[in-house]
Parts: sequence; structure tokens; C-alpha cells
Amino acid sequence: MAKKSFRQAINEALAQEMRRDPRVILMGEDVAGGQGAPGEDDAWGGPLGVTKGLMPEFGRERILDTPITESGFIGAAIGAAATGLRPVAELMFVDFMGVCFDQIFNQAAKFRYMFGGKAVTPVVIRTMFGAGFRAASQHSQCLYPIFTHIPGLKVAIPSSAYEAKGLLIQAIRDDDPVIFFEHKMLYDDTDDVPDEPYTIPFGEANLTREGGDVTIVALGRMVKVANEAADALARQRVACTVIDPRTTSPMDFDTILESVEETGRLVVVDEAHPRCNMAADISARVAQDAFKALKAPIRMVTPPHVPVPFSPALEDAYIPSAARVIEAVRAVTA
Amino acid sequence: MQLNREQLLAAYRMMRTIRAFEDRVHTEFSAGGIPGFVHLYAGEEASAVGVCMNLDERDKIASTHRGHGHCIAKGCDVDAMMAEIFGRAEGLCGGKGGSMHIADLDKGMMGANGIVGGGPPLICGAALTAKTLKTGGVAVAFVGDGGSNQGTTMEAYNLAKAWNLPAIFVVEDNGYAESTASNWSVSGTQLGRAAGFGIPAVQVDGEDFFAILDAAHDAVERARSGGGPSLIHGRLNRYYGHFEGDAQTYRGNGEVDRLREQKDPIMRFRQRVTEAGLLEGSQLDAIDTAVAAQIENAVMKAKAGAMPPPAALLTDVYVSY
Repeated sequence: MAKKSFRQAINEALAQEMRRDPRVILMGEDVAGGQGAPGEDDAWGGPLGVTKGLMPEFGRERILDTPITESGFIGAAIGAAATGLRPVAELMFVDFMGVCFDQIFNQAAKFRYMFGGKAVTPVVIRTMFGAGFRAASQHSQCLYPIFTHIPGLKVAIPSSAYEAKGLLIQAIRDDDPVIFFEHKMLYDDTDDVPDEPYTIPFGEANLTREGGDVTIVALGRMVKVANEAADALARQRVACTVIDPRTTSPMDFDTILESVEETGRLVVVDEAHPRCNMAADISARVAQDAFKALKAPIRMVTPPHVPVPFSPALEDAYIPSAARVIEAVRAVTA
Repeated sequence: MQLNREQLLAAYRMMRTIRAFEDRVHTEFSAGGIPGFVHLYAGEEASAVGVCMNLDERDKIASTHRGHGHCIAKGCDVDAMMAEIFGRAEGLCGGKGGSMHIADLDKGMMGANGIVGGGPPLICGAALTAKTLKTGGVAVAFVGDGGSNQGTTMEAYNLAKAWNLPAIFVVEDNGYAESTASNWSVSGTQLGRAAGFGIPAVQVDGEDFFAILDAAHDAVERARSGGGPSLIHGRLNRYYGHFEGDAQTYRGNGEVDRLREQKDPIMRFRQRVTEAGLLEGSQLDAIDTAVAAQIENAVMKAKAGAMPPPAALLTDVYVSY
């Protein structure tokens, strides 16, 4: 086991699955890069270098650069999945879903149901999300609540390098369409990541720490923020359980409900816009099914209901911070 | 492309089956037995059959909202299709898809599609599978004149060319996207668009079975031999409205009657093969009789079929969840 970055963990998962199964292919804008250009081949390996080195090993027949044509190639990935391949399509930024959403929610998500259970569409759509990159409104959104809303899709949101490798291998081996969210601020985070392939099952939450006073649920990069807050609170003798659901569809509500039954207090930290986000979804479920266990109102820590701003001063104020999580925990334990 | 007698009889039977199926769905819909939206293919039979006569079990097609004809031409079971349209458990999709999403992946029929322009990107994917797995298969997207204006369609042209895919785009231009005329809504020409993407294209009389058969033959040969995508633009006509219940006030006086009398693709096929002495009128009459009985039987079975059980509401969303 070696320390590997989130980026390396994803690259390794892709390479190992492509070696294992010749039906796995990768496509996307500049996933190799340099195609048809006079300079270097494999010039980019994706805009942040996540897929660098795959094309030299697997060739351009399995690592397909695409034109900038999200509707076209996401649709092609779905059509290929429905006819026998296991494509991993990289949609550079989740914000670009706006131009290919039909192919995802009207085609991929619905084939199995509409066709009476006869379709199998094992496509993975990898996409970068999240604020903090100074990339402003059209390259920083979270948007996983929108996909979680659609029956037929699965949604995975790794919070560390270890989680990223295991969840991605699971996604590739999964027979349903999976939207795989990679927080762009996590790519350089390192973790102990086993060299051999392994899977993390969908729908099983991970308790990153256990404590009896408050349950904190967080996703993606917010798991880090929640743990930072929990560390500080521990020094002040407030013991938190931090739950990372790992996938929002399927969602492990049972683990969250069991924890709230014990602690009686819930804080949900979500980087998505506050309306109809995962925080609201989890809070509603807990209010319905564990109301009697609650000793204080649920608190949701989210950004304000505004687009992601550009200026670092504004963006830093936008993103939920450990300080805001601590404040919320203080409020529910007061 | 020369067809032998058996193939000619099969082609005629397929076209007649589509016509009889659609005429009957029209009647049954008017009588109130069929729920939802139905878009009929009557009048366009030569296109689906002319193209699909060139395909085999390796090949995939993606259809449009007007999908029954493509289904029949690709070999879908007629009884199961009728049951599907009636929303029955015995339907091709267990009653969960209906007319607009009727599909049979085992037959290479990747679905009628409720989204105009939904099919072409999917067909690039099916063509990519054929190319990657070296199956020798080709993939065909049927697109209406309305669908030809969607960005997805033009993205698919570009992608098919850039990836040199064994893909074929068949633009079935029936003159109207819903109620809006294609001679107003389509800027430039279909051939000009294909040329813009460097895709070989031909325009054919979309009601001439033999013209489509030959055009599709060339396109399929090109695709199978690694020559990349092609486009076929067929000008044809639909006999019914955009959807069942469309009063079609946008059409000219007597337009459909004239088309039926003068341009009907089945009538023209019949004339051509009997005048050339390839088939006897009596052989074709026998097919008409057999098909009428087949459709009658399909409707009786569909009506007698079971409604999907309540439990079916919750199944088939995921492979596992």
C-alpha cells in the first residue's frame, strides 16, 4: 500500500479495469489530447492530467478523444453501453451537463424501465465538480442533487483517494449508468491506496469517525471539512459521528437514521445549492423517520442560494467552512 | 441490388404488415382502446423496409417517435408490439414503454424515441461498439426532417465522421415537423448538410422501395468495409397526422388523397414487380389476406391481454440497487 493522490487513484482504477476487461473504453475531450496536432501525443491526459499515460498503453482505439460535442459523445457512450461496451465517458466539468442532459436522463436513465427490463446500460460518466478553483459560475457547481433525483441513475461522490479508486472500479463493473463526481479540489490529496483492484459497494455509508453527541453527514470535499470541524470540537469535548454516504443514489439512509437515533442531533453539510439539495433530502427523511429521537432542530450547512462567484474573497465566503460546521454543531448542542 | 422472388415477397409482406398495423392502430385509437400518444408510419413503409432489407442480426437501428414501421422492418414481433401499444403485460416492453418507446434490443431495435433527435448520438455508440468489437455490424439512425434540425443530429454527423464509424443516417423527410413544413424549417438542404461534414449522401424518392434499397445497399457496403458514415435523404409522405387526433388543417386540400392515389409506395412496388413479371398479383393478394388475419389476431390477443400487475410499477429501474 502506497500513498497515492486522488488523481493517481482514479488513473490506476481506469488502467486496471481496462486491463481486466477489453470492453472498457474511455472517451472524452482531450482524455489523451494532441490528436491530429503537430506536437506531443497524449498531450493532456484530460484537462487536469487524470488520464495521462492511458493512451500510450491502450491505444487510440480504446482511449477516444472526442470533438467538443458533449451531447454527441455522451449519447455515443450510452449507445455503446447499450450494445455491449462498458464505456467510461469523461464530461470535463459537471456544468457542461446542460448541453447533454437529454442523453443522460431521457435515454440512459430510462432504457431499462421503458424497455421492460431488457436493457443494460453500463456507462460511467466521470465529471469534475465543486468550488474552490476560482473557476466561477460555469465551472464550479455541484449538481449531484439533479442526478440523484432521476430514477435509473446511480450517483457516486468519493471523498478521498481510497474512496475514489474503490468507488470507480465498482462504477465500471456496475451494470447501471453511474454519474461519478470528482471534486477538483481533492485531486492532489493523498491517502493510503492499495495497489490491487478493490471495490467499495454502492449504498453503504462510511463512518469516518464515531462520537455520541452529534451526527454530521457530509459529501465529497465536505467530508474533509466536517472532519476538520469534528477535530476541533473533540478538543472541546464535543464528540461527533461523521458519515460519508459515498453515493447519493442509492443512499444509505439506514446508517444515518441509526446514528441520529443515538445522538439525537443532526448537521448536514452540503456544497450544493441549498434548495432541493442532499442536505434537504437527508433532513426531510430524518424528520420523517427519526423525529422522536431528535433533541434539537436539524441544521443544514450549505452555500447561499447564489451562483458560485469568481473573486477569491467571495468564493471563500460561499463554500461551507469548518467554522460554519462548528457553529451549526454548537447550535444543535446548545 | 437484385432481390430474388422470396426476398421480394418478404419486402412486400413487411410493407403490407406495417400498413395494416398502422391502419388498424388508427382505427383502434379512434375507438378509444389505445392510451396516450401514437404517431403512425403509414405511407412511409418503403423507407424502413428498403433500408432494413440490407441489415442483419449484427446491425442496430435507432428510431423516432414514429417507430412502428422501423420495429416491424427490423423483425420485432407484431403481436408483442400491438400488446405494447395497448399497454398490456404481454407487450414488447411489458407495457412500460408504449408506442413512443417501443424497442427490442435483441432484434437490434434500440427504440422508438420520445425525444426528437434522441437517436443519432446513440447510433454513433452502437456503431462504435461494432467497430471496437469488430462485429462487422452497422448502425442506422432514422431521423425525421424535424429531427434533422436538432443539434444532436449534427453532432452525430460530426462524430461519426471524426471517428469513421459504420453509421448511416436516414433522413425521412415527410414534409412536416409536427405542423411546420420542412421546406420552411430546414435551412439549406440535407445533402448540403452532409457535404458540410464530408459525409457521402444521396437523395432518393422516399416512396420508391427500390431506390431506397439501392441507396441503403451502397451505404451499408461503405460502412461494413470501413468507409465510414453515409446519409440518405428520402422525401416521402405520411398519411395520418403528426399524432393521432391531429386534424391536419395545415395540409393542402385533398393532399393525402392525391398522395394515396398517385404515390403510394406499396401500390408502386406492386405495379413494378407485376409489370416486370417478377411476382404475380395473386401472390400479393394472398399476402394481403394473410397480413389482415395476422393483424386481426394481434389486436384480439392484445385486447385479451393482461394489464401489468401493480408490482411491475417498481421493477426494472436498475439492474441492481
